[in-house]
Amino acid sequence: MSLDFFLGLFPQLLQGTWITLLILLLSAVIGNSLAVGVALARVSKNPFLRSTSYFYTLLMRGTPLLVQMYLLYYGLGSIFAHTPAIRHSFLWPYLRDGFWYGVVALSLNTAGYSGEILRGAIQGVPYGEIEAGRAFGMSKWLILRRITLPRALRICLPTLVGETILLLKSTPLVSTITVMDMMGMANFIRVQSFRVYEPLLAAALIYVTLTFILTRLFRWLEAHLNKDRVAPPSLASPAPAGTDPDLQPNL
Amino acid sequence: MADGLRYLQLLTYGDTGWGDEFLAGAWMTIQISVCAYLVGLVLGLIGAWAKLSGNRLTFWVSESYTTIVRAVPELLLIILLYYTGTTALRNLLVEVGFGEDVQINAFAAAVGTLGFVQGAYTTEVFRGAILSVPKGQLEAAKAYGMSASLRFRRILFPLMFRYALPGLANLWVTILKDSSLISVVGFSELLFTGKTAAASTKDYFFFYLVTAAVFLMLTVLSNIGIHVVERRLSRGVRHA
Repeated sequence: MSLDFFLGLFPQLLQGTWITLLILLLSAVIGNSLAVGVALARVSKNPFLRSTSYFYTLLMRGTPLLVQMYLLYYGLGSIFAHTPAIRHSFLWPYLRDGFWYGVVALSLNTAGYSGEILRGAIQGVPYGEIEAGRAFGMSKWLILRRITLPRALRICLPTLVGETILLLKSTPLVSTITVMDMMGMANFIRVQSFRVYEPLLAAALIYVTLTFILTRLFRWLEAHLNKDRVAPPSLASPAPAGTDPDLQPNL
Repeated sequence: MADGLRYLQLLTYGDTGWGDEFLAGAWMTIQISVCAYLVGLVLGLIGAWAKLSGNRLTFWVSESYTTIVRAVPELLLIILLYYTGTTALRNLLVEVGFGEDVQINAFAAAVGTLGFVQGAYTTEVFRGAILSVPKGQLEAAKAYGMSASLRFRRILFPLMFRYALPGLANLWVTILKDSSLISVVGFSELLFTGKTAAASTKDYFFFYLVTAAVFLMLTVLSNIGIHVVERRLSRGVRHA
């Protein structure tokens, strides 16, 4: 393993890093927005909405992300390719690109996981606060916008942060559907140079750095948003088993 | 109608259908998941012990293991470990004098790779669970003059296990799904079977749908099983 070769990899890999970050940003924004819908449907009184949301979550959490990605890219993609109306439409350049399939797959998948987290948080909003909103004569939507959602978001923020880190760790899967993200770049170099260790180790190093930066960023954000809720250090206790938000990958 | 019939035929047993291949793939997925899970449990127990034993060296080894493995994406880790792990082990065996034509069994490599990754997550579950065991219980056992191994067997493990169960159950579903990542290095399990079937028939959508359905079946069955086990193990716990 030569150091020069190793260091020379970074400029190349950093090109892929931007793609990785772009995919992360897009799928986090789209996925979490969808999650609000999934969670609201799950707690709605309409049995149709409720069961649809339940089965959606079950599907997303019950099958591997890689299978979902293949189903979209190879499965739907091959159907699109054989449909002349789509093939000749202005959308085709996008529908041919693995990038958008990757973003869609990651968004849909996160929506399932985050939706479930958000549902728990919505149900955890103290009922008195909603009652208070009603007593003030707020409409259903106003209560949702001003009380339920902001409150729920604060309850589940730490878990959602963990979810975003997991999302970052899921982005390399897009390299299996031809996207040249950081992992795709590392694989490309690996095949070109016949060296296995260096490109993968370099990519791992960048992923660890990204995870570290993101964690710090979110911790700062959390402290900022939850100024009134930070427990004094003496009350901090170790989390019980199985509740560590960045413990379980959701592939 | 004709289409539906054709799809059904694609799923039959024998030379023309893929039913038997999918069954074999699902069986392989279950096998590697179970084995990797067991490897993970062993590594997890060792890792948790290393973290809590009070020894500085073992703590740092275990801490770096869990930190690194949990910060690097699974896919990258699996590709890295699968290739480098097998090469390193092969070189070692050749060096020791097993002859030039040593081949590492693909199944063992897959299980080792997945198990190693799984072990880091299991370590954290066990660590948290051990910390949740009331100290007084262990002190009482000590006061009774129980030896360290007896304390572990009779007090720590049974108590800790109940706390660890939800986390362990989650990890089982995770490994079941994570095992599909090993298909990327060409190991034939359920997803790889789906890939082969899709590529050779050009029915991509149909076969990936079938693959997803089989995975869903496995996870739903697992969830039912987990529910039963959890109910049984928490017989003596009063529910609020």
